[in-house]
Amino acid sequence: MKRRTFLKKTAFTTAGSLLIPQFLKAYEQKHFGQKPLNDKILVVIQLSGGNDGLNTVVPFRNDIYYRERPSIAINQNNVLRLNDEIAFNPALEKIKELYDNGLVSVINNVGYPNPDRSHFRSMDIWQTGSSSEEYLSSGWIGRYLDAQCIGQSCLPHQALEIDDTLSLALKGQQVNGLSLQNPEKLYRQTQSTFVKTLTDIPAADNHDNVAYLYKTLAETVSSAEYVHTKAKVNKSRMMYPTTELGKSLNTIAELITSGVSTSVYYVSLSGFDTHIRQNDQQDRLLRQYAEAVNVFVNDMKANSRLDDVMVLTFSEFGRRVKQNASSGTDHGTANNVFLIGGPKRTRSILNEAPDLTNLDNGDLKYSIDFREIYATLLDDWLHTDSTKILTQKFNKLPLF
Amino acid sequence: MSRLQLVKSLFRDSSNIKLLTQVSNAPAQDLKNMRQAVKQNAGGSREDLRDKLKLMAQERRESISSLNDAWVAQMGNGAYAFREKMALFWHNHFACRSRAVSFIQQQNNTLRTHALGKFGDLLMAVSKDAAMLQFLNNQQNRKHSPNENFAREVMELFTLGRGQYTEQDIKEAARAFTGWGFNINGEFVFRENFHDDGLKTIFGKSGNYIGEDVIEMLLANPKTALHISTKIYRAFVNEKVDDAHVTAMAKRFYHSQYDIADLMQYVFTSDWFYHSINIGAQIKSPVEYLSGLQRTFNLNFVDKTPVLYTQKILGQVLFNPPNVAGWPGGKAWIDSSSLLSRLQLPSVLFRNETINISVKESGDVNEEKLVRKNKFEININWQDFAHSFESIPDSVLCKTLASYLLQVPINDATIKRIENKVSAPERTETVKQLCISLMSTLEYQVC
Repeated sequence: MKRRTFLKKTAFTTAGSLLIPQFLKAYEQKHFGQKPLNDKILVVIQLSGGNDGLNTVVPFRNDIYYRERPSIAINQNNVLRLNDEIAFNPALEKIKELYDNGLVSVINNVGYPNPDRSHFRSMDIWQTGSSSEEYLSSGWIGRYLDAQCIGQSCLPHQALEIDDTLSLALKGQQVNGLSLQNPEKLYRQTQSTFVKTLTDIPAADNHDNVAYLYKTLAETVSSAEYVHTKAKVNKSRMMYPTTELGKSLNTIAELITSGVSTSVYYVSLSGFDTHIRQNDQQDRLLRQYAEAVNVFVNDMKANSRLDDVMVLTFSEFGRRVKQNASSGTDHGTANNVFLIGGPKRTRSILNEAPDLTNLDNGDLKYSIDFREIYATLLDDWLHTDSTKILTQKFNKLPLF
Repeated sequence: MSRLQLVKSLFRDSSNIKLLTQVSNAPAQDLKNMRQAVKQNAGGSREDLRDKLKLMAQERRESISSLNDAWVAQMGNGAYAFREKMALFWHNHFACRSRAVSFIQQQNNTLRTHALGKFGDLLMAVSKDAAMLQFLNNQQNRKHSPNENFAREVMELFTLGRGQYTEQDIKEAARAFTGWGFNINGEFVFRENFHDDGLKTIFGKSGNYIGEDVIEMLLANPKTALHISTKIYRAFVNEKVDDAHVTAMAKRFYHSQYDIADLMQYVFTSDWFYHSINIGAQIKSPVEYLSGLQRTFNLNFVDKTPVLYTQKILGQVLFNPPNVAGWPGGKAWIDSSSLLSRLQLPSVLFRNETINISVKESGDVNEEKLVRKNKFEININWQDFAHSFESIPDSVLCKTLASYLLQVPINDATIKRIENKVSAPERTETVKQLCISLMSTLEYQVC
């Protein structure tokens, strides 16, 4: 409270500091408790490096698949069948469990026109929600924040990445999301006496950029305090795997069940760039993914929050149909996307399996633009207007 | 020295060009070729193949790091600083990535060579540069199967700017660029067999145009001068553009046949360049942050780890622009994380404090996984530095250092707190501690 009074006093004595009322408001809101943007939560899991979709959701009855991948195709006898055509990689056993309970949607052949096979560019496209011909400097979740914050002050923690640095996906034009490895660490960073000095004393300069720096720091400190205090409310009772992803999802679960007003969480799992000896590597990563997500979903269920929490999993591209000479795969195009959690679905496999007879230069053709998924999530899950966030109008999918 | 004299001496100093020579000009191979070559030569086991590929990827990482280090070092060297700042501007303007390190070095030297020359020469050289032709797929731009990538970006990003051309102009220009390619030595080659020598209609004119004709047409359009002037104004003067100033710049630029040095000299000698509204109007880019540190303290990074580490945690790695549009810059440098990192960095770099910020993995298996290194060793001769402030009374030492280190005024209350915080038994240590604190302020982030 002391600081608030101090800020109030100084705010109006500082000439030219346009920022003060806004960041003061941020402090106010923190104290009065802030409502989440809405009651639904989206958790995005990014598989970095280009996960091989064909060995994730396996076309186990397809001769072409086995012919093109003599040393890496997943044995028909080991797969976890979803229907007569496709099956999960056995490493996804824990996802299959959720699938059997009607908690998983598989969307096949997701991509975009004129696909780019560079990690950087394709990730850029997925994170910004652009077409391959346009370059956006803000991310789709960042613009979601922008759209929610018009006319009212907004705090970075409403979109939260579990990492030390912030991805482009969470950078808006007006508002940026917040990134933290865990609430404690961020809190410590913002509690140094020096950072306090910087937030206590207003700027003597009235440049727009200086004001922006002061505002960002004030919001960061405020968000860090808020998240840190809130996160203590509820500790997880589930046993999460000790992997990075397990720890991150544990943190997210605690924030959700503690009632932190974050609408979108973002987390990445890296290592899917399997040019050499793919199977060991992919198996290990998919298992890590499946185990962590399984515990997370059960945790949400145990806390009666599963109806409000949806997990989107994507990778920047799939890989070529034909394996390479090193028992790996090279960069490809269309890929599958998973949606896990939320209300039980009646339809678990949204669309047709990949057509291996109809390729574009050895690569899968997309039939669903990834931005159709974004648009559906924005409109029907996060209840906002997707046309304000994506640069054009996209078809909606019957996802839930 | 008068302002004009000062600027003139800056340009005189900048006539020296020091090319980067870290990487041998051996024929460049992309990874795909490397893999094939290894496969043929190895003939051995999969493990052999894997090890060789690993070795190659590691060699590539090392040479690109050494190139990065060398460039940052050169930026910190006063005699080359201005030319290097221009080269950095052009690196952002002609943003490009390449797997072939020798191509990267070659392009970088092209930017450096023409950094203060004629924009037309620079544009032509970059357009015929191996890394750019590769990056924008012009190697695949052939008669009957044109690839429009280069034609689009040369108009949208490099010259005219968005909205100054039609889709038809791009299609037709792409045909003119068919056959432009490069060989394994990174030399430009015109592959006549792939060239479409038919009639093209570009910007309302028809002819059997070749690539050089299109470049000429782009330069003939004053919109190019306006587009480049706007970017220069945003990078060197103020992110908020003043239309009158930029229009005057563009006019001069166009009439000087795109003389970059003349344009920069005009900017630096204009009264408005020194208006308080244009001082401290920019957020330092991570690379400027690094080169600024070097110049301010005359320091060399003996341990090179912080050079790349700083670029990574602050979000700008040389030779790795996010895409062909370059780094968005300005406020986009700053979010909660990057700002907190900036506030911690001076202590980490100069006080050997532990840092615990991990760098994002790109997902690319060939990218370096930067080991989390907790402490850095940096050698600064603080004695020499403190020596320059010898005659300054203690009572105004902090204020004097502030006006040396910061471009914008800082609140007296902040100065007071810093003074109270620093208590060192002797002068050199006091100067050092004051500097570290002053560099950990928000004001230090602007230039």
